[in-house]
Amino acid sequence: MDTFIHLTVSGLTNGLILALAALGFVLIYKASDVINFAQGEFLLVGAYFIYAFIVQFGFPWPLSLAFTLLLAVILGVLVERLVLRPLIGEPIISIIMATIGLSSLLRAFVSMIWGNVPRSMPPFIPSQPVRLGPATVTADRLWAVAIAVVILALFTVFFRFYKEGIAMRAVADDQQAAMSMGVSVSKIFAWAWSISAVVAAIAGALLANIVGVGPELASFGLHVFPVVILGGLDSIPGALLGGLIIGLIESYVGGYIGLGLHQVIAFVILVFILMVKPYGLFGQERIERV
Amino acid sequence: MDSGVFFTTYQADMALRRTPLQKLRLALFILFVLVFPFIGNNYGVFLMNQIGIATIGALGLNLLVGYTGQISLGQGAFLAVGAYTAGVLVTKLGVPWYVTLLIAPLFTAFVGAVFGIPSLRLKGLYLAIATLAAQEIIIWIVTHWDSVTGGVHALVVPPPMLFGVPINRDRYFYWLIWGTVGFTALTIANLLRTHYGRAFVAIRDHDIAAEIMGIDIFKYKVLAFALSSFYVGLAGALIAHWRSIVTWERFTIDVSIVYLAMIIIGGLGSISGSLFGAAFMTLLPAVINNVGMAFKDVFPRLEEWIPYLQQALFGLIIILFLIVEPRGLHKFWQDLKNYFKLWPFSY
Repeated sequence: MDTFIHLTVSGLTNGLILALAALGFVLIYKASDVINFAQGEFLLVGAYFIYAFIVQFGFPWPLSLAFTLLLAVILGVLVERLVLRPLIGEPIISIIMATIGLSSLLRAFVSMIWGNVPRSMPPFIPSQPVRLGPATVTADRLWAVAIAVVILALFTVFFRFYKEGIAMRAVADDQQAAMSMGVSVSKIFAWAWSISAVVAAIAGALLANIVGVGPELASFGLHVFPVVILGGLDSIPGALLGGLIIGLIESYVGGYIGLGLHQVIAFVILVFILMVKPYGLFGQERIERV
Repeated sequence: MDSGVFFTTYQADMALRRTPLQKLRLALFILFVLVFPFIGNNYGVFLMNQIGIATIGALGLNLLVGYTGQISLGQGAFLAVGAYTAGVLVTKLGVPWYVTLLIAPLFTAFVGAVFGIPSLRLKGLYLAIATLAAQEIIIWIVTHWDSVTGGVHALVVPPPMLFGVPINRDRYFYWLIWGTVGFTALTIANLLRTHYGRAFVAIRDHDIAAEIMGIDIFKYKVLAFALSSFYVGLAGALIAHWRSIVTWERFTIDVSIVYLAMIIIGGLGSISGSLFGAAFMTLLPAVINNVGMAFKDVFPRLEEWIPYLQQALFGLIIILFLIVEPRGLHKFWQDLKNYFKLWPFSY
């Protein structure tokens, strides 16, 4: 029973961080129909930025976080302007390859500046163990859960009640119609990319605190695919639920079955979902028949 | 002066090489390939072997992505299937190496067809993600099936023997590799002239229109996956015999991406483009490496930066090509030919 609770708690916390990474992904797809294969690298860059500010420059953590988020906004806008804007209207393979090229570029820059050796990070969020009923968790994981929940809630509210959020949904639904109603589509794209970079940077900062910084953080980018396919590519509640389910399944499979099966189980689920219900739990179905 | 290319017979119209100049260029290229091992140094022959294998793989991938329009991120895994099948057949079952050059591609074609089945319902982005899953699953199986593949340890393949002589040098292998390149290019060029090839192109251009014209989309999509994987498996089997060591690190998702980059930079839906792309992506890291080593005395940190520079330039070149010339090196080559065709009166 103890193992079960322990696995559940660690699965839920991992799942929420996955959900955060997936959220940035979904935001971009929702607004601009672009699949961002560089999401993991956004996360990586965010983690290294906060590492640089806290450890190398010695700033206090709130200031560091503010700078990191500012840089993330700049990164998002730059990427949208320089890479994705010229490719509007190109076939899907071009866009996929452009974001893959971007991921390679970002990873190379991170390695050039900080090298390839993983580094530990002095925790800026307290990480002492906390007893939670029969299970023990570290406090930073609880913080990660709280932050993830708050951010996900904020975005749900943002998309429902704020003008920019509604404009983003309009652009996602039909770009031409949105444009004719006076929504600036290019501005919305820039918004989507910078928000997505910010969310990724937050997830990166949380991960840096929990596991330290290293180039392997970028592998989260590929891990996001099962989550978003399960939840539906254009659904924010789907990202949350998908993240939790995948996190839990990986945790249980790793704990009860072992054999390294937890590394691949998410992709097996992914294939299964694509065969049975390709638009996921909450994704919008676009049916096309002959 | 030419105002166009005109044919008076159907044979001339359907020929693979239609003008004297095209024939001359092909003859020059074949001559170069035939002479190269006698004039090139060891490093050059090694690079040419790499280019040859990359060309076979890129041609196979281009058949699927460039001609049929099905995006695949599973190239690396299919290479692994070919390489491990060949390696396991030789080491565990004692099958002669030339037989594995047939069995390994056939088995890879079967695996490719199985992972092509989701294309019944999926296209574009979703298919790309499904092939990404195929990549991860196949590599996981390879690294965890210890009793057959040796798991994370390398599988050592003995050098192939021909008439009692081991073919263990790059110069001997050169002939096998470039012979296979010729076979691949010829069969694919001919395949594209049959109704199968035309069906592939029709599916790429508009799948619904293709289905209305009586093309069984599912059958042809799975066939495209199988045929493409056949050639990829052939490239994998050659890798196993040539490098004589098979490890999973050679077949990761990064390899899939490099192959996709080859056909995009070379030109989607073009046979010569696959060769250009394969040569470009093989020579780029080699050139960066050599330039970096040459300047390492001037900039002391350059040497440790070489792998990162390779990675950065790789990403940058993909993005630049997509933005500046999405149709790749093949288009440059065509523009160049057109320019000189009417030179000096290019308008």
